[in-house]
Amino acid sequence: MKEVIRLTAVLTVVCVLAGLSLSYVSQATEEARAYQDRLELLNSLKLVLPEHDNEPDNDAAVIGDTIYYRSKNGGEINGIAFITSSDKGYSGPIRIIMGVKPEGEIITIGILEQKETPGLGTKITEDWFIDQYKGKSLANARWAVKKDGGEFEQISGATISPRAVTSAVRTGLEAYEKNKQEILGGSDVVQ
Amino acid sequence: MSFSKELIKGIWKENPIFILVLGMCPTLAVSTSVINGIGMGVATTFVLICSNIAISVIRPYVPDQVRIPVYVVVIASFVTVVDLTMSGYFRGLYHALGLFIPLIVVNCIILGRAEAFASKNSVTLSIADAVGMGAGFTLALVMLGSIRELFGNGTLFGFSVFGGGYEPVLVMILPPGAFLTLGVLTGVFSAVAKYRSKEWRKYVSQDLGKAAVVRERI
Repeated sequence: MKEVIRLTAVLTVVCVLAGLSLSYVSQATEEARAYQDRLELLNSLKLVLPEHDNEPDNDAAVIGDTIYYRSKNGGEINGIAFITSSDKGYSGPIRIIMGVKPEGEIITIGILEQKETPGLGTKITEDWFIDQYKGKSLANARWAVKKDGGEFEQISGATISPRAVTSAVRTGLEAYEKNKQEILGGSDVVQ
Repeated sequence: MSFSKELIKGIWKENPIFILVLGMCPTLAVSTSVINGIGMGVATTFVLICSNIAISVIRPYVPDQVRIPVYVVVIASFVTVVDLTMSGYFRGLYHALGLFIPLIVVNCIILGRAEAFASKNSVTLSIADAVGMGAGFTLALVMLGSIRELFGNGTLFGFSVFGGGYEPVLVMILPPGAFLTLGVLTGVFSAVAKYRSKEWRKYVSQDLGKAAVVRERI
């Protein structure tokens, strides 16, 4: 019995000490981590949004699970950025940030996260692939890869990845069209 | 057991990857580039040094029956520290290493050194052991990473080496490339170790001796 108490005491002391020191480290790095999170967001927003003089990450509309970041120049909305994703990637989800003009035409897209096969599926991050989506809207493009009767290039040996990107971008555009009024009109900042 | 001996053994004689064959999971998974190799190596070395120090300090107070849970708590705490710090200050590397940072907790090298060395030796020797083992692990990852990155991507540290005309050997970046490279390097290490061993030298010198005798007779 005495032995059990001794063992329990040792374990308890070790765990309490570990817990205390971890909470200290967590607190000490909290600011740096929040800063990195914001930096990451700002970098990806800068990638897809046009010149702006506001802070898009502080001017956002939340609809459903999606956050729509508005970029403004002289008070006029000139672009909206949001994140769309597909779980139809070859190995794991693909997260894409897209920037659209207010009327629904894509400015550009950026792949934020993907776990596709190196050298095959990862070609979706290359410029030539990304560039095909520039200037496209729901109205002016056939939203599928060529194999499926659409107009977007597939990658030989890895059709699944472009297919996932194309469908994710389309879904994103559709959601934007549906909530356009609210996104553009709503001046209320929900965050 | 001297300080310098404990320091050196991890790099060559008891290299954790090529000789002890420990910690294969992160080795195979993250050695796709030199930078990843260095990042993983440094993170693991840091955890290894901290856990070796902590464990050799507390060893007189830890009863044998609960030593493994205590080691695991100590190691997991240091790994969490690395995880939080990397997330705050080295975001790029943090994303590249991904899941393998938390998985340092179950890296056999760390628990292995805690159990085999730090729990039986003084703080100074434990530090030497950790630094040596960490350096050996990092060295192995850098060797694997540079070979795989060079052939699989045509780059080193992200800079193009072979120029634009080079067609990368994809398999080197993919998991099979990790096994191939590891196999070849382990083979080289064993061959060199054998060549340098006393038995081999004795064998060779005997042979040379015989040859000399034969030559004399002729």
